[in-house]
Amino acid sequence: MTSLVQSVDWLTIAPPTLTAVVAVGVLVADLFVPAARKQLLGWIAIGGLVAALALLVPLRAGDRSTFCLTPDTALRACSYTADHFTVVIQFLVLGGALVTALLSLADTREKLPAGEYWFLLLSSAAGAALLPAARDLATLVVALEVASLPAFALVGLRRGDRMSSEAALKFFLSSVTATAVTLLGVSFVYAATGTLHLTEVAQRLTEVPGQLEILAQAGVVLTLVGFAFKTAAVPFHFWVPDTYVGAPLPVAAYLSVVGKAVGFTGVILVTVVAFPSYADVWGPALAVLAALTMTVGNVAALRQVSTRAWSAVRLLAWSSVAQAGYLLVPIAAAAYSSDDQIGATVAYALMYAVVNLGAFAVVVLVARTHPQARISDFRGLYAERPAAALALGFFLLNLAGLPPGIIGLFAKVTVFSAAVDAGLGWLAVIMGVNVVIALYYYLRWTALLFQTPETAPGTAPEGEPRTARAGVPTPVTLAVSLTAVAGVVLSGYPQIALRFAANSLF
Amino acid sequence: MIDISESVMQFLLALIVAGPLVGAVAALLPAPPGLKGKSPDQAVLRHGVLVTGVILLAAIVLALGFDHAHPSTMQATTDISWIHALGVRIHLGVDGISLPLLLLTALLSFLCALYSYFKQQHQRLTPRAAGPSPKAFVALLLVLESGTLATFAVLDLVLFFLAFETVLIPMYFLIARWGGEGRRAASWKFILYTLLGSVVMLLGLLLIGVKAGTFDMVALATDNGRGLTTSVQVIAVLAIGLGLAVKTPMWPLHSWLPDAHTAAPTVGSVLLAGVLLKMGTYGFVRIVLPIAPDGMRTFAPYLAAFAVAGIIYGSLACLALVRPGSKGDLKRLIAYSSVGHMGFVLLGIATMTPTGVNGALFANIAHGLITGLLFFLVGAVKDRYGTADLDTLAGATGAALYGRAPRLGALLAFAAVASLGLPGLAGFWGEMLALFGAFDPAEGLSRPAFLTFMAIGALGTLLTAAYLLLVVRRVCMGGPRPAGEAAIADVQGYEVAAWSPLVALTVLAGLWPAVLLGLTDPAVQRLLAGGKS
Repeated sequence: MTSLVQSVDWLTIAPPTLTAVVAVGVLVADLFVPAARKQLLGWIAIGGLVAALALLVPLRAGDRSTFCLTPDTALRACSYTADHFTVVIQFLVLGGALVTALLSLADTREKLPAGEYWFLLLSSAAGAALLPAARDLATLVVALEVASLPAFALVGLRRGDRMSSEAALKFFLSSVTATAVTLLGVSFVYAATGTLHLTEVAQRLTEVPGQLEILAQAGVVLTLVGFAFKTAAVPFHFWVPDTYVGAPLPVAAYLSVVGKAVGFTGVILVTVVAFPSYADVWGPALAVLAALTMTVGNVAALRQVSTRAWSAVRLLAWSSVAQAGYLLVPIAAAAYSSDDQIGATVAYALMYAVVNLGAFAVVVLVARTHPQARISDFRGLYAERPAAALALGFFLLNLAGLPPGIIGLFAKVTVFSAAVDAGLGWLAVIMGVNVVIALYYYLRWTALLFQTPETAPGTAPEGEPRTARAGVPTPVTLAVSLTAVAGVVLSGYPQIALRFAANSLF
Repeated sequence: MIDISESVMQFLLALIVAGPLVGAVAALLPAPPGLKGKSPDQAVLRHGVLVTGVILLAAIVLALGFDHAHPSTMQATTDISWIHALGVRIHLGVDGISLPLLLLTALLSFLCALYSYFKQQHQRLTPRAAGPSPKAFVALLLVLESGTLATFAVLDLVLFFLAFETVLIPMYFLIARWGGEGRRAASWKFILYTLLGSVVMLLGLLLIGVKAGTFDMVALATDNGRGLTTSVQVIAVLAIGLGLAVKTPMWPLHSWLPDAHTAAPTVGSVLLAGVLLKMGTYGFVRIVLPIAPDGMRTFAPYLAAFAVAGIIYGSLACLALVRPGSKGDLKRLIAYSSVGHMGFVLLGIATMTPTGVNGALFANIAHGLITGLLFFLVGAVKDRYGTADLDTLAGATGAALYGRAPRLGALLAFAAVASLGLPGLAGFWGEMLALFGAFDPAEGLSRPAFLTFMAIGALGTLLTAAYLLLVVRRVCMGGPRPAGEAAIADVQGYEVAAWSPLVALTVLAGLWPAVLLGLTDPAVQRLLAGGKS
């Protein structure tokens, strides 16, 4: 008789586990570390994230899985799989959390409660790292909640700030609704198929008995709606701008990259792995969703007034909605063609993570001297900080997808290629128009960086120290340079990111 | 002509493409000790002259080492895998079609850098309002040069798109920061319009790549469209053609061009007209004709119709601008004349015959030389008078450049006459061959239609002559000037240095067309025959 006890491969689950363990460790350590040395907690958290990233190295072959059902069925079903897809997304998520941690080191010294902050950030990262590995619906929902619940608290962490609390509440309510809808959908799917494992769901959905078909279809749709909320796809996007503005800046950066990655991973797993037989339902739906999302995001970003308070963050928030639209395109394309298109989404997400975190890092840097973070505050940044201005210009042009942002261009090319390959010509044309719209606001911001400052240097007395020039914390500089170097290296060797677009990830 | 080993040739071509990029980065760094010059501005402009000079030299050596006995084969080829996932390879090479364009680009870039350098030297004596730093100017100029050179040297569809896009950002900043009146709107119009075109072009390129399974232009050209169904070819040609037509520009997609030219600084106009427009027509010859011939055959009559419409439209617009009292801007006028000239190029391509395509390529080069010279001259006039408005310039009787600045006036008259296609100068052969090609278009194309186009195009040459002679009449001639008017400087030494190569080449190409046609003809024959020859 075979044992019913599942064996656990600890090395396989090490990255998320270590992150979670360090999170608890930081929370406990917070009780014993004197107030003057709270910075130590931040460095512990960063060390934990680096170690978790290092633990991905032995998994790079992408052939391990654990928590598998004991083999009584022909189909091998595991709850946790570390294939190529998982490892890449875990790398993205943990790397994103690491950059966020670097950005928030200074804030935790001045404004935010250190212990709680690091605990929440690491917990959320652990959930986000667990999600791509999840291969059953229960683990998927649990991971989603572990990633989301600490994020609500992170958004509302600026004590006594009305905007922060409002943002947290908005985020919480929309997210909880999404989770409820997802759970309902999952339960329908479970009722119709009798299994939670994604691969088994995929198999059994094809042979659902007639009277349960409506139930299965409703389950598929509701599950997708829940994940669409998380990805901030239109029409479930309305919480994004207010939440980003109300949240501490590093948390906004985190949500824009890691939060988005969580949503996408969920959508990919559910659609491509669990519901391939319903491709004719979710394919067109996702294509329409992608078109709507990019158009609404770009048009809203276009309308941002550069002198309004927080306009820089608002613009990045809307642009992240638009970028979500591009990310959805290859998933929709996967419904139409037999080729594996998901890689284009993964490659695009890698590019987007690097340059968006970079853009947020420069905004954090500028916000230290201009706390309102208006776009007009960036005028003449080149005269003041040439390196930061060049970096931001590079990041924005990458987001726009124009040289010198070569990796941005090629990421867009892969997405276009996926759409063309799948015969989604209309979607490719809509995306093309959107790329042009987006160029306008990205380039307007870029051009502003290099304009002469409003107070011409000739009029200011020479001896007077420049008011704006303040010291920049080393971690923020490190974050900017890390992302900039990553962007430049990827531009020289796009193959590093794009190779995922070529082969099957699962 | 001279024997250079293949590896040196490869290195030269790689240097031509990558050298300006390295130079652009170096321009942003502080000057090393010993090269600081008189001022940072002077040092960085000198750096620009140096880099473009080296690139021009490399291009000349490449041309000398080019095997002129076999201009139809790709030479100095490099082929390394770059992005395996997309099947993108760094595939470089030159043949008889791209070599003249490479030389033209390198020459015009060098002349522009030289002109900017000496102009700055000259102006230090008479300080004007401080403009933006020349550091960024030189860096942008070099990136622009790299992008255009790469467009003509790459043999991979995705790389072609990358190079095509590379020129957008530098040109945008050149217009938006160093331009004249109305530069903001003009620069936005330029970049958004052309980006929309090139995104559509990308879709067409991807369609070809996906359906044919390769992005390699040489392989695709050898295949000559046999691997693609007619419907795929039609869609691809429509998409790619739209993108290239915006860039060329083809009437009615030209509306970004007059604004961009009017607002751009002199150097920007020269490069825009001399080099950037050629990227569009080069794309037609290199990509559309050999890779999707069936699709091209479908659209050729329409392309020819739009081309002759552009010829007539450009000439009529110029005639309207040159009338007294219409407040015509000379730069805008030359921009519209470019629409007409590019119409001849497109007509030549649309005939799909060796004669027509050779004529198109010849007209391409001639237009680069002559219009580059015209924009230099008009820029000089604008610097001297502070305006390029014809009415202000001419006053009641005419600007009388012959009397006030005889050499400038003579040069302007020379360029105008060359532009209208006087036999013996460069402008003649291209237009003649394009019309000649339309007389006997390729098999499968309607001969009566093309005969009509030819007749209309011939009418266009008359209109072109009319407005250019009117320009000469109003700018160069005129009665005695009122007393007390400030004298204007005649052609300066540095201007002679920047302009004389263009004049010399215009005469050379006019008197000895075989020097160009000998290069392009075998390559064109091969492209049209689909790799067989």
